[in-house]
Parts: sequence; C-alpha cells; structure tokens
Amino acid sequence: MDQAELPDITHAHVAFDDGLTLECGVALRRLTVAYRTYGRLNADRSNAILVCHALTGDQYVAETHPVTGKPGWWEMVVGPGLPIDTERFFVICANVLGGCMGSTGPRSPRDDTDRPDAARWGTDFPPVTIRDMVRAQKRLVDHLGIARLFAVIGGSMGGMQVLEWAASYPEAVFAAIPIATAANHSAQNIAFNEVGRQAIFADPDWLGGQYWAHGRVPARGLAVARMVAHITYLSEQALTRKFGRRLRGAQQAALFDDTFEVESYLRHQGSSFVRRFDAASYLTITRATDYFDLAADHGGDLSAPFRGTRTRFCIISFSSDWLYPTEESRVIARALNRVAANVSFVEIASDKGHDAFLLDEPDFHRTLAGFLAGCAEHAGLPA
Amino acid sequence: MNVAVDPVRYVAKNMRLDLRLIAEMIAPGSRVLDIGCGDGALIGHLFRTRGCDARGIEIDMAEVTHAVAHGLPVMHGDADADLAQYPDAAFDYVVLSRTLQAVGRPREVLRQMLRIGERAIVSFPNFGHWLVRWQLLWSGRMPMTSVWDRPWHETPNIHPCTIRDFFALCAEEGYAVERWLAVDDAGQRAPWRRFVGLANLFGEQALFQLRKAGT
Repeated sequence: MDQAELPDITHAHVAFDDGLTLECGVALRRLTVAYRTYGRLNADRSNAILVCHALTGDQYVAETHPVTGKPGWWEMVVGPGLPIDTERFFVICANVLGGCMGSTGPRSPRDDTDRPDAARWGTDFPPVTIRDMVRAQKRLVDHLGIARLFAVIGGSMGGMQVLEWAASYPEAVFAAIPIATAANHSAQNIAFNEVGRQAIFADPDWLGGQYWAHGRVPARGLAVARMVAHITYLSEQALTRKFGRRLRGAQQAALFDDTFEVESYLRHQGSSFVRRFDAASYLTITRATDYFDLAADHGGDLSAPFRGTRTRFCIISFSSDWLYPTEESRVIARALNRVAANVSFVEIASDKGHDAFLLDEPDFHRTLAGFLAGCAEHAGLPA
Repeated sequence: MNVAVDPVRYVAKNMRLDLRLIAEMIAPGSRVLDIGCGDGALIGHLFRTRGCDARGIEIDMAEVTHAVAHGLPVMHGDADADLAQYPDAAFDYVVLSRTLQAVGRPREVLRQMLRIGERAIVSFPNFGHWLVRWQLLWSGRMPMTSVWDRPWHETPNIHPCTIRDFFALCAEEGYAVERWLAVDDAGQRAPWRRFVGLANLFGEQALFQLRKAGT
C-alpha cells in the first residue's frame, strides 16, 4: 500500500493570532482556518452561504482538488446556475478544525511550546467538538465582515455543524439546511466509527500515534477504516446494483485476492483515501461526531436551543440512508415544531443510501434550489 | 447540470375555489398552519397576497417535495401524529381543508387545532348531500358521486360526516361556530347557507370557522 505522506501544500487560509479556547479547556494559541470562496459577496453582504463539509470532505467544494486532482465534492450542487448558484450567492467553505487540509489540526505544528522547531501535534492534538468547529468558522465569517449568513448548508457531519450554527448563532443564520444528519450519533454510528479507529490503532505503522516522527503512515488501518465507513454510506440496493455478486476475472478459487468486484471497489476506496487524509485527523473528527449531542448540551431538550429562533429550516433526508435515517431528521423537525420554528422537512426518495446527498438526485437539487429561492424572497435578496 | 426553478407565483384564480374562500376568511399578516396543504397553493397565496406567515403539513411526500421546491415552508407529517408537537397558540389560524374525513381521529385533530391555533378553519365534503342519501336509499350500496368518488374499500375517507353531524360535534366539544357556509362542488357559495337542514341536503361541501367558546 502507498506509504506516501500527505503532501504539504499551502491552502488559502486566514490565521487568528489570538487563538481559540476549545470546549475541552485547551487554548490553541493560534487558529488557522483554510477556506475557499466562490461567487461574489454583494454590497450589503447579505448573499453569503456557508457550506459545511462532511467527515472526510474539505473546502474544495467546487473546483479541482489540489491533492487528488479530482473534481470538487459538490460540483453538482455549487456553481453557476446550480442549486447553490454562485452567480447569485457568495459561497464559503472552510476546512474543519481538526482537519488535514490546512486548518488547525493534528498536522499543525504544536503551539504549546515556543520552540521554533516544534513538532506536529499528532495524536496530542486536543479533542475538538462540533461546536469548536463552528466557532472556528464563525471567526472566519466575522473576518469576512459578514454579520448574517443567508444560509448555512451541510450534509452528514456538515449537517451537525448547521444545527450547531443555528443553535449557537441564531441571529447570524437566516436559513439552515441540515441534510442527511442527526442531532446526535446513535450507538450504531459510534460503533462503526470505533471499528475504524481500532483498525488504525491495529496498524503496525501507527506506532502508538508517533508515526509522524518516524516518517510512517498507518495506511492499512486508515484504509480499512475507510472501507468500513464506505459500506455505511451506501445502501444494500446501491451495492447490489453496482456490483451484485460479479467476480473479477476467472480466478474464482482465489481465497484472498479481491475476487468480487465489490471487494476491489472497497480496496480502491481505501487506498485512494489514505493519499488525501491523515489518520490522526480521522480519529479527531470521528470523535467529534460521536460526542455531538445537541440535546444533551441543552439540558436534554433538543427544542431549547431553538426557542424563539427566526431561522428558516429545511431538513432533508434520504429514504435509503440507514446511517442517518429519516427518523433522526424527524426528531429534529419535531423539536423545531415544539418551538413553532419555521421548518420544511422533506425525505427524498432515493436508493443510493447516505451518499445520495453527494450524488445526482434531481428531486434533492430541486428542493435545495426551491427552498433557497423561497428564502431569498423572504430575505428580500435581489434576484 | 442546470436545475430549472419555476417562478414562485400562485395566482388566486388557479386555486381551488374552496381555498379561495378560505383565504378570504384569513386576516392579513396572520400566522397560519395549513394541514394537508398539498402542493402549498393556499400558503403561497397567503404569503404573497396577505403577508401571512403561512406554513404547511402534508402527508404525501411527492407534494411536500413539490411545495418545498417551490419555496414554500412545508413539512412532511400528518394531522394525527404531528399537531401534538406544536406549542399552544402558535398560530392565528389552523386550516384543515377537505382532510377531516380522512384523518384517523377527527375529534382529537380538532382539539389539537384549537389548542395550537386561536381559530380553526375546516372544510369537508358533506355526506348528507341528497345524492348520497338517494344512492344509498335506492341502490342499497355505498354512494359514488363526484365528491365521494372512490369505492368503499379504496377510499381514504374513513370518517365521513354530515353538516348536522359537524354542528353536533362542535356543540359537544364547546366550539363556537363563528362562520359557516355550504358550497357546491366547485366551491361556489350556496344560497341556502342560513338553513342547516337545506344546506345539509344540498351542500356538497361545508366550510366552518371555529374557536373555543368563551375565548
């Protein structure tokens, strides 16, 4: 397996020298937020949309990725004339705190020492929460001079950030679109994440987390983590449609080669992932999603953070998503109903599983575009 | 790929006539919840022409998707399960148009409507219409008319009632009938609206505005 470390390229970013104090109590001395923008901010700064990326996504939403050379992860959704229309909206996406594409995270040099040759944080990077990620994004949004975001949009872990934004900064969010997400991780979600983490720990190249120091990468463990996770992103129907029980070649008797097409696909997913993602970041971010529990943060009442909110919500789920099933979205919708919030709630019929929010789903794209158009009308945004 | 977004323009004349009658009952600037809102024609109309904060609940996901894709705040849900989630007095009007006969527990739905809203506006097809009575009497079989157009084993309309039945329920539950009228199938006002017996015989649909008595 490819042992190459992630290339150290410079990502567009802003650095805050006053740092950020995390929920765990650790004060980061310096906060770097790497981000990309698309479209133009209008004169009264009212057309900004923040896109929040998912667990293994990053800020390269709608352009060729500098590491992988692949198209942006939401090029079907963000761009001129697309549902998130960059001819109308100013779109911002930041790499999450704890990520590995330029924002402060385990790959950053540790700042709890004044030594100029300070090593990277690695596994000593403090645990971050979804709220910490959102607070880092808020710093960026303030830095850009935007008092109120027209919309905050995200799927999966990005949806958790959307909920946290609406809960923490209700006045700064005109519309919130949490997609294929939940207000907390189920035991099943945590269980799948834990398999991934244990796969990383079991890799001999993990070296107790000191792999940085020895120029090693726990690529096999990280690849297995990705393979397990990838299964959860797809539905049984999608896997069957794509691969069925088809074999590769005629070596049916092979015991350990990737005989079935689905095996080969997963191995490819795993090996290409390790070329663009860091194991310590994976641990940090999966932990943040596991710990996320918006109700618990507000005395066990999921409605509490939304009391009196004027944000317009659009909750979107997908019928075949078993990682963040529609019922989890309904829990959020009902919590919003209890405080009479303005909420739209749609389950898109799809057999593509959790990944549907990243794929070509015309009903989903129409819903997104229509909801934004309706909100723009309410916000008095010029057409 | 370009996603065409239809312009969000509902014109009142294209609305079902009973929706137009309902819209006329609603004061400008009100907070409105439309239960069983379909494609959201009423809430779109109330927002654009009356400046209402109007929202919808709809059970048919295709309709929900259509409504939200047209910029209307609609959530998937149903009258029996979801009304209980809303706080007291969250709305000025709660509308239930041609849906009462299809809900599981109509009495409970009405209670919830008048808990979460100050006023309830309810329309339903009148099972007391003369043609319905005549068909049952003459053929001895479940009536099939332009309003009641599905066979008994297929119909979603599991709780049909007559105008007299509805008046009786309002009395039992202590609801004041602020306005009511009987209309023909096209939703035109019928001239017999002051006489319950005649309305119950000739009205194909009924439209009621209720509030809790003594409030």
